[in-house]
Amino acid sequence: MADEIMPKSDEFGLAKADQSKAPITNHNSSSFGKQLLGFWVTFKTMFKKVNTVQYPEVKEPTAERFHGRHQLNRHPDGLEKCIGCELCAWACPADAIYVEGADNKEGEQFSPGERYGKVYQINYLRCIFCGLCIEACPTRALTMTNEYELADDTRAKLIFEKDDLLGPLRAGMVPPPHPMYPNTDDGNYYRGEVTGSHPSQGIAKND
Amino acid sequence: MSIQEVSTEQATEMITCVIDGFEITVPKGTLVIRAAEKLGIQIPRFCDHPLLEPAGACRQCLVDIEINGRAFPKPQASCTIPVENGMIVKTQLTSPVADKAQKGIMELLLINHPLDCPVCDKGGECPLQNQAMSTGRSESRFEGIKRTFEKPVAISSQVLLDRERCVLCARCTRFSEQIAGDPFITLNERGALQQVGIYEDEPFDSYYSGNTVQICPVGALTGTSYRFRARPFDLVSTKSACEHCASGCDMRTDVRRGKTLRRLAGDDTDVNEEWNCDKGRWAFKYEVAKNRITVPMIRDENGQLQEASWPEALAAAAAGLKHVKAGVLVGGRATIEDAYGYSKFARITLGTNNIDFRARTSSSEELDFLASTPLTATYKDIDRADHVVLINFEPEDESPIVFLRIYKQVHKRAIKVTSIAPFASRGTKKLNANLVKAAAGNEISAITELNELSSKSVVLIGERLAETPGALFAITQLIAKSGAKLGWIPRRAGERGAIMAGAASNILPGNRLVTDNSARVDIATVWSSDSLPSDPGLNTNEIINSSLDAVLIGGVDPMDISADAKIKLSKKFIVSLEIRQSDITDIANVVLPVAAVVEKSGSFMDWQGKVRSFEAAVEQSLNRSDVRILSMLADEIGKPINLPTVKAAKSEFDSIGNWDGSKVAMKSVSNEPRKTVGNDEAVLNSWRNLLDKGSLQDGEDNLAGTARKSVVVISPDRAAKLGVKEDQLVRVSNDYGAITLPCKVLDIEESSVWLPRNSVSSQLIRNLGVVSNSIVKVAKA
Repeated sequence: MADEIMPKSDEFGLAKADQSKAPITNHNSSSFGKQLLGFWVTFKTMFKKVNTVQYPEVKEPTAERFHGRHQLNRHPDGLEKCIGCELCAWACPADAIYVEGADNKEGEQFSPGERYGKVYQINYLRCIFCGLCIEACPTRALTMTNEYELADDTRAKLIFEKDDLLGPLRAGMVPPPHPMYPNTDDGNYYRGEVTGSHPSQGIAKND
Repeated sequence: MSIQEVSTEQATEMITCVIDGFEITVPKGTLVIRAAEKLGIQIPRFCDHPLLEPAGACRQCLVDIEINGRAFPKPQASCTIPVENGMIVKTQLTSPVADKAQKGIMELLLINHPLDCPVCDKGGECPLQNQAMSTGRSESRFEGIKRTFEKPVAISSQVLLDRERCVLCARCTRFSEQIAGDPFITLNERGALQQVGIYEDEPFDSYYSGNTVQICPVGALTGTSYRFRARPFDLVSTKSACEHCASGCDMRTDVRRGKTLRRLAGDDTDVNEEWNCDKGRWAFKYEVAKNRITVPMIRDENGQLQEASWPEALAAAAAGLKHVKAGVLVGGRATIEDAYGYSKFARITLGTNNIDFRARTSSSEELDFLASTPLTATYKDIDRADHVVLINFEPEDESPIVFLRIYKQVHKRAIKVTSIAPFASRGTKKLNANLVKAAAGNEISAITELNELSSKSVVLIGERLAETPGALFAITQLIAKSGAKLGWIPRRAGERGAIMAGAASNILPGNRLVTDNSARVDIATVWSSDSLPSDPGLNTNEIINSSLDAVLIGGVDPMDISADAKIKLSKKFIVSLEIRQSDITDIANVVLPVAAVVEKSGSFMDWQGKVRSFEAAVEQSLNRSDVRILSMLADEIGKPINLPTVKAAKSEFDSIGNWDGSKVAMKSVSNEPRKTVGNDEAVLNSWRNLLDKGSLQDGEDNLAGTARKSVVVISPDRAAKLGVKEDQLVRVSNDYGAITLPCKVLDIEESSVWLPRNSVSSQLIRNLGVVSNSIVKVAKA
């Protein structure tokens, strides 16, 4: 009777089997065919397309709107879109964002207008990737990328500073601080009327 | 006559009216908006402010009103109409007409208001934001182009104006005119172009400009130093007290992550109402200054200060203070608890009465005066006064909230103000005061000639009166003769509290005289001591000039006392309790770091004797108040004072109570003979401007931008004799040194010359060695 597997109790909803107390045995000669049938499933799978991804060597693209690491965007001339308004911090249910605003100096702007974000930190130990900060952002400065590889070995490394979050300088952008595009105000920037940098703003990146 | 005035004077007659169906009875003269508040009905408003005269400028508070069956044809502004019997008011809650009118006004106000809430400092605590949510539309119907102005315009180095955001409520202009008396800000233009502006030739250098930022109901006026620093939800607010002067303002300190970002005026109708001065509001960076001391230091054999551990430093300090003749200089900025700690430390641990709180020019006559004379005047007495006399006291510079209180009555009731001073300062002119010109040292004849004083009069004297021998005695005689209320208004916040705590050579806690046996027994019992020293101790000047071996110093600038104080003190063993590197650090043998006001709890006593307690505003502060350090030091010396916490000091001090024993009459003091001045000489006179080189204003560049220019004030006759015109350089000198500044020709007492006491390029003790009542040479530079 050693091979007999007794249903334990009605813990798994097997009350009926329990009542019958019918032993389940596997030394029945007719069960060999069934075993073969079972191995057939395994055998068949050998010819199927493999689901396993060889991560980290191979990386599958995420869904398009996957909530990954944040990015602070730039205007086409390189100025930061973030104005340090703290609405993202206000919206954050996990209190993961810390922002300090500061005054833009005339001619040495970090963002269009009067105000820019001097300190910008997101604590990824706290962030729950809900995306409310992105909804709150009035200038579309903060968006989410699809990047999900955020593991690290210390807590400090998981607090991302502004430098870590800022989007890269693309071709035609001038690294801030620099003046605003000539004869524009912040309204022109928000309406998307500034499409690149002007030579008077500094030397643009060219690649 | 304004409507508010009526409400205070005829408060007895009651009026019954109906608001939204609820009956309410209020004093005659109450405004409809205020009566509705009492019922808990909130009518939206921008221009209305309980301490300003009604303006009806913003029209946001429109309601439907009907009196005895006759309705107003249109909705009326509830902030300008006082209630009347039989009045039926329908607010936005019950009247669709009022509701529609309010929504219409809100839409109108928002037409030209920029959508820059994300960059606006007011965002999150903005009445316009809030009321746009409660009363406004969710979608704008406006499709035109908004009116724009250049933004922001600096109307002074500390206040910025954004005209686009302004809703023309006129709160700032009314404040400047009615409360501060500085109408440098006004509404210009008309119609859509109406805007707040300043006079081109007169900058907005009011000492009270910060209040306009606080009462602005939109983000039109913002402070330079708080610009873009934080949002309201970042800040942890703590009720605190102002440490800058003896006015005693209630304050709110807002801290973000352990850093003080701003301080606002609190609300105390007995003291500052809802106002404060710019120094109290914007001078707080000293606590994060680079020269802040954070660890104890001991001077080594080579004469260098070395960082040390607390046990080492306390042991070194104890070794230097044990078994020697020592004295204590408390400084004028100690809290009551700290002053009490110094007082007990001197008597119990050092066994001496050599203690003084006055780090300034002072006299022993002053101590006698303070121990013997009851100080009875309060802010309320100023409100009721028929005549206010200011003697060697410039309220606008030396206690700005006292100035606001007097100005309020001058503005409202045109009360009589008399000032004994060398010339009419800007503050004196604003008070429309009757000036009695007196040179320094010659005030006594002016004091004795004062008549027309009654028991409703208030006499306010400044700490500078101690610089004239015999003047304080003359004051006691004047008060005895007239029955007027007397107020002694020191400049520093801790002085009145230090007297109560017994931090002076002739006084024990609770105003008890050292010389009185029963008073000493009282205190000895509380302190569980066999006896207390009974000999009269040394005062500040005597301690410095004495042959004492050691001095314990709590936050004193020797340059406030005399030019040679530092050299004289350097010969003694100095233990210094201070927050920043100072002249005392240079000569100290042991330096013990203590907490700044925002980091500790405690209480200050204002000039009228009112106590204001405060808690540490900075989270996780060690609350390293002086009294805790003193208690540890006393333990180390072996004569404990048992005041391990601020709380313990407070409860022990409160248990002592005021002395009910009889006071000894003040000893008479003889007058100095009048000084004779030569042709090219003058009697020096001075006081400290509110904004000057004071160490608590260090690092506040925006604030310093509105300080008044340093000038030499001379009379027209002297100007003619010297052959100088306004703004030309004049040199004031004596054997010690000289000061050269542009002159200002004013109607100053003929023999006098005036200089600011501690301003840019005019630091009198440093430059001339004297501050007043002394002969100096005046010449064209």
